[in-house]
Amino acid sequence: MLSSTLAPSDEEIREIIAGQLHLEGPLLPIFHALQESFGHVPQTALQPIADALNITRAEVHGVMSFYHDFREVPAGRHVVKICRAEACQANGSEALAARTLEKLGTAWHGTTPNGAVTIEPVYCLGLCACGPAAMVDDKVVGRLDDAKMDKLLTEAGA
Amino acid sequence: MKDMIIPWDEDTDFGTPAKEGKPVTLTIDGFDVTVPEGTSVMRAASEAGMQIPKLCATDSIEAFGSCRLCVVEIEGRRGTPASCTTPVADGMVVHTQSSKVKKIRKGVMELYISDHPLDCLTCSANGDCELQDMAGMVGLRDVRYEAPEGAGLANHFQTRTGAGEANPEWRPVDASNPYFSFDPSKCIVCSRCVRACEEVQGTFALTIEGRGFDSRVSAGTSLDDFLSSDCVSCGACVQACPTATLQEKSVIELGTPERSVVTTCAYCGVGCSFKAELNGDELVRMVPYKHGKANRGHSCVKGRFAYGYASHTDRILNPMIRDSVDQPWKEVSWDEALGFAASKLKGIQKEHGRRSIGVITSSRCTNEETFLVQKLARGVFLNNNTDTCARVCHSPTGYGLGQTFGTSAGTQDFDSVEKTDVVLVIGANPTDGHPVFASRLKKRLRQGAKLIVVDPRRIDLVKSAHIKAAHHLPLRPGTNVAVVTSLAHVIVTEGLMDEAYIRERCDWDEFQDYAAFVSDPRHSPEATEMLTGVPAEELRKAARLFATGGNGAIYYGLGVTEHSQGSTTVMGLANLAMMTGNVGRNGVGVNPLRGQNNVQGSCDMGSFPHELPGYRHVKLPEVREIFEQAWGVEIDPEPGLRINNMLDAAVDGSFKGIYIQGEDILQSDPDTKHVAAGLAAMECVIVHDLFLNETANYAHVFLPGSTFLEKDGTFTNAERRINMVRKVMAPRNGYADWEVTQLLANAMGAGWDYTHPREIMAEIAATTPSFAGVTYDLIEEKGSIQWPCNEAHPEGTPLMHVDAFVRGKGRFIVTEYVATDEKTGPRFPLLLTTGRILSQYNVGAQTRRTENVVWHDQDVLEIHPHDAENRGLKDGDWIRLASRSGETTLRAKVTDRVSPGVVYTTFHHPDTQANVITTDFSDWATNCPEYKVTAVQVSASNGPSEWQEDYSAQAERSRRILPAAE
Repeated sequence: MLSSTLAPSDEEIREIIAGQLHLEGPLLPIFHALQESFGHVPQTALQPIADALNITRAEVHGVMSFYHDFREVPAGRHVVKICRAEACQANGSEALAARTLEKLGTAWHGTTPNGAVTIEPVYCLGLCACGPAAMVDDKVVGRLDDAKMDKLLTEAGA
Repeated sequence: MKDMIIPWDEDTDFGTPAKEGKPVTLTIDGFDVTVPEGTSVMRAASEAGMQIPKLCATDSIEAFGSCRLCVVEIEGRRGTPASCTTPVADGMVVHTQSSKVKKIRKGVMELYISDHPLDCLTCSANGDCELQDMAGMVGLRDVRYEAPEGAGLANHFQTRTGAGEANPEWRPVDASNPYFSFDPSKCIVCSRCVRACEEVQGTFALTIEGRGFDSRVSAGTSLDDFLSSDCVSCGACVQACPTATLQEKSVIELGTPERSVVTTCAYCGVGCSFKAELNGDELVRMVPYKHGKANRGHSCVKGRFAYGYASHTDRILNPMIRDSVDQPWKEVSWDEALGFAASKLKGIQKEHGRRSIGVITSSRCTNEETFLVQKLARGVFLNNNTDTCARVCHSPTGYGLGQTFGTSAGTQDFDSVEKTDVVLVIGANPTDGHPVFASRLKKRLRQGAKLIVVDPRRIDLVKSAHIKAAHHLPLRPGTNVAVVTSLAHVIVTEGLMDEAYIRERCDWDEFQDYAAFVSDPRHSPEATEMLTGVPAEELRKAARLFATGGNGAIYYGLGVTEHSQGSTTVMGLANLAMMTGNVGRNGVGVNPLRGQNNVQGSCDMGSFPHELPGYRHVKLPEVREIFEQAWGVEIDPEPGLRINNMLDAAVDGSFKGIYIQGEDILQSDPDTKHVAAGLAAMECVIVHDLFLNETANYAHVFLPGSTFLEKDGTFTNAERRINMVRKVMAPRNGYADWEVTQLLANAMGAGWDYTHPREIMAEIAATTPSFAGVTYDLIEEKGSIQWPCNEAHPEGTPLMHVDAFVRGKGRFIVTEYVATDEKTGPRFPLLLTTGRILSQYNVGAQTRRTENVVWHDQDVLEIHPHDAENRGLKDGDWIRLASRSGETTLRAKVTDRVSPGVVYTTFHHPDTQANVITTDFSDWATNCPEYKVTAVQVSASNGPSEWQEDYSAQAERSRRILPAAE
């Protein structure tokens, strides 16, 4: 995950938007492109997106906020998504999650103070046979327990 | 069938919009119902008198199908479809009250109520809440959802959770809008507000953010509140909200209104119908009236909310007099004021002759009041010195359309826009000046109609959410005629005209002359490009689109008329419409967007010095005879003085007294210094107004006026629609304006004895052929009437010139472009043009005295970044704006909405005095002033100009009022 320390400039934002305008239905591709570049979709991008697509920034906000994966602020260097769906819950994912959050001293969607890890809920990773499951950045992990989670977090630098 | 349909209350919400289509018959709960194809089952049931419970549906917006409260069972179909999204079909058998759907509805309602506070008794929507009504209707008696042990039930309405912690789902009330508040804790997320903002208003300021349980209504983005969002405060969301979530602050403060009166808005020429809702004589709110034919249930921020001026402390309620304008005002009785005024006027006439005094009628007042004021001039003063503010706005419309078509008015009703395919908007900014019409236009544009904008400025219609003009022709101010003639050139030389129509409906020989004239290569877009600044290719494309795109409608405003060639442009537009066959049916026509609520009416009522009511020249003996018979006086056969002539004559010393009803000529007329000099030279200036306006600084008699809420009468809007104005409360000043005029006339010995405006309308009908059939009873019965209304058209005339033009054959008039004498040069290199913004109205006398100032508290000068940089100006800088007439100061707004070389401002605030700058050039035919073109220079400044300082000192001195003697 990239996370730019500098605030994205209006020019960069406009360029990224322009790069997607040839697509049919370019709004979601614009969000993806911005998030890929900046690690989040900056609030300052909403009005330029609206202007480019001739819609309002309210509409842009409505679409963006519908999809939980589009971030308003950059995430930590690593994102850990813990599954809270039924199968994992049945295997103790809630307790695992509670302990993890407590250990990191953060809430859901929060980031550790050193900026290393962001914890997010996810509702099913398709690993129901191996719960509790989680995903660290792009890699899924199954059969988690407290020790395994600690190891993952240490590796991530939390 | 029909006879089984029980009558519904006029406020019935049918749930989904009416449709047009062939009849379809179905059975609902055993009753046969016939409705047009495409109608929803919900609406069909409602038309049959059976209401199906609903929350997310309302008939101003398309069905959405989200609340699932309106489910029904349909024989032969599976499941329980939502009746709002299910269209009727022939032979369909619907059950709205089966045990299955009743159980579903209770379950749905129970879920809604589980996340809604149960504070009905102290809620501002108590008694006016659809959620409350529906809970009652489905028979909800219990909510079974309980919090799990040790935790709260997740909800959006409690500030604290069961455990005593702050509820993360709760959001505070957003009270940023001055007129309504948004309380998210009462929101049921039905999306009605979001959809109303989109479908009805067309602003798209609202959205639903998040999803599932996190879904919330959001104005703008998460960083916005209502005020900072794109919201234009039209009130459509408040109107659509079924709960107290979006609620007028006045209702929160004053309680639910108990009675209502249908009346007509007194702002712009759209003429929206409203329900004034009151408790006793206290106005609680204005609600757009669903059956109003101009607005169809929609409103704008002015009409719906900006009525506070009626009870503003600045309002003057007692008559006042003074001998000279350097004295303070003295409050006196009505008798004393009227006696003082009458003896002064009589004295002037005795000394300086019959024609030394005159009147100015108001486009804000009713037809009846205007009729009386011109009658005062003609029947009591015995001269024709009457003029009106239409002089300074749409007089070229009256002249131009009168000459070409035969009537001095627009050709269509507003409904016509729903059938149009190509719209040409020229010299008008409907989203600011005529917002309710603009919403209806935008709706049509979103359905696919094409738009051509001719305007020096990039107005909102050129590009705003979901709207984009096919062509924007950004002409240099003052070159309208050249552009319109070039459009005609393209149509004629490319053979795009409708020859069959022209041969049948117009004078073919005149068309030949006109065609030869416009075909001259000097009128080609390539030849005029240098002059107008409009790219030739763009103009050609626009002309082709207008001529070949289907129903073509022209809408125009003061950007057409307020020029030295205003009348010529109006004729040019009429020519365009005739040559493309676009007059005489739905969806086409030439439509002036009238500025003031009754500017059409004030013209109809004979306010002009050369015309008796109904646009008949005073030189015609047969017309004079009608009025001589009716009034028992001899009418002066000589046309009287126009406003500017009155002022010239005053400076010359031959014009000494004037009665001005409801118009602030000092602020609204061009060349303020000249107006001030004229007024200062008069011996008796009588101002009849709500406030001590700018003109009153030069007045000797002040007669307090009444607001539109305080009198009966009629207004005529831009569609020629005569709408009823109803007295909703007693006049705070004691008399309605028509009574005051009558008292003044009688003080001069007239002996009038009208007891109600309906008697005045009867006199109008008896003397004016186009109003012959108009009576108050008929208006009451029909809701409104579009003139002409007479034997030939007993129910009025929505569309003009249907089979033939009123004058017989449509007349093509040659439109030679003559550049204005107001030219740029080294000293004054920029062109100033003027306009309006949404939240303020004209000179602002009303809207400046309301909360509307949060949107616009001062006039600013829009200037292109290029011109600003040349002058070293930044956004927000104080600048000095100077013309050959005068100078003023205001702040700059740097924007590329205006082209380089063009600057733009509004004229809503008296301390800016934009009309100090404007010149006294005017239309060749009608003297309509050339507000839209002034050569100016802009430079940095550090404060008010000398004129502004002198002016404000004089104004302050002049507004002093002596305490009344005890």
